[in-house]
Amino acid sequence: MYSFPKNRYLYNGACHDHFKPMPADFRSQIEGQRAYLLRFASLQLRSTEAAEDVVQETLLAALAGESGYRGQSNLRTWLTGILKHKIVDAIRKSSREMAAGAFDDDPEIESLGYKFKDNAHWAERPAAWSDPDSALEQKQFLAALEKCLQALPARTAQAFLMREHLGLGTDEICKELSITATHCWVLLYRARMALRQCLEAGWFGKGAKG
Amino acid sequence: MLTCKEVTRLISQGLDRELSFGEQTALRVHFVICRGCRNVNRQLAFLRRAMQRLSSAENETGR
Repeated sequence: MYSFPKNRYLYNGACHDHFKPMPADFRSQIEGQRAYLLRFASLQLRSTEAAEDVVQETLLAALAGESGYRGQSNLRTWLTGILKHKIVDAIRKSSREMAAGAFDDDPEIESLGYKFKDNAHWAERPAAWSDPDSALEQKQFLAALEKCLQALPARTAQAFLMREHLGLGTDEICKELSITATHCWVLLYRARMALRQCLEAGWFGKGAKG
Repeated sequence: MLTCKEVTRLISQGLDRELSFGEQTALRVHFVICRGCRNVNRQLAFLRRAMQRLSSAENETGR
């Protein structure tokens, strides 16, 4: 007789009714990816609660669709694929619920901490960063990047993360957020320039690095 | 002649869509004379790599 592992999601009523007993190792393998999936979802959704919801849906969908996994080499990649769809569903839902006036990003307001002169050339010319590639190997750098992401306005961060974290094309981002391609490019531009500025101030700037 | 502001916009859009031949040429010409925009071009490309690293290394940087 198969016994369910002690896990709150597996006691979630629907499970017992709909899922046939599975080899325990598949369940535990999936369960082993939970922390990774939670981190992945939290970065995009900026809410632990919302992230837990989509991860739960993902794990349930994975259990229901184990056959879909057969023949794929990497469990994490497969699960992340399911998770991305669940995240986009969640974004679509919250995007619909968002009132029209709730946009925190007026496309006309471009500047997020970087400065051009009136003639649209640099007020302060951006300097080269020293050895950015070694920064990539440092956990503290990734933490600094994450902090910079959290400092972005919600809508700007959402569009940027859909592009660079979920890897969606701008056409799909426009569709899900119900914005024009131009607005989308403006959001991405603002996000990149703000992050550039933030990393420079917090990491690459003179004296900022420990 | 593009301004630095227009150039940075094109650099960003170049990460999201294919730039036209004219746009690419205008960027290249600008980069020859403007070190600031050259730096931004490198830095935005780096930002993409940094995001890829963050996305894939999340479990390792977990709190």
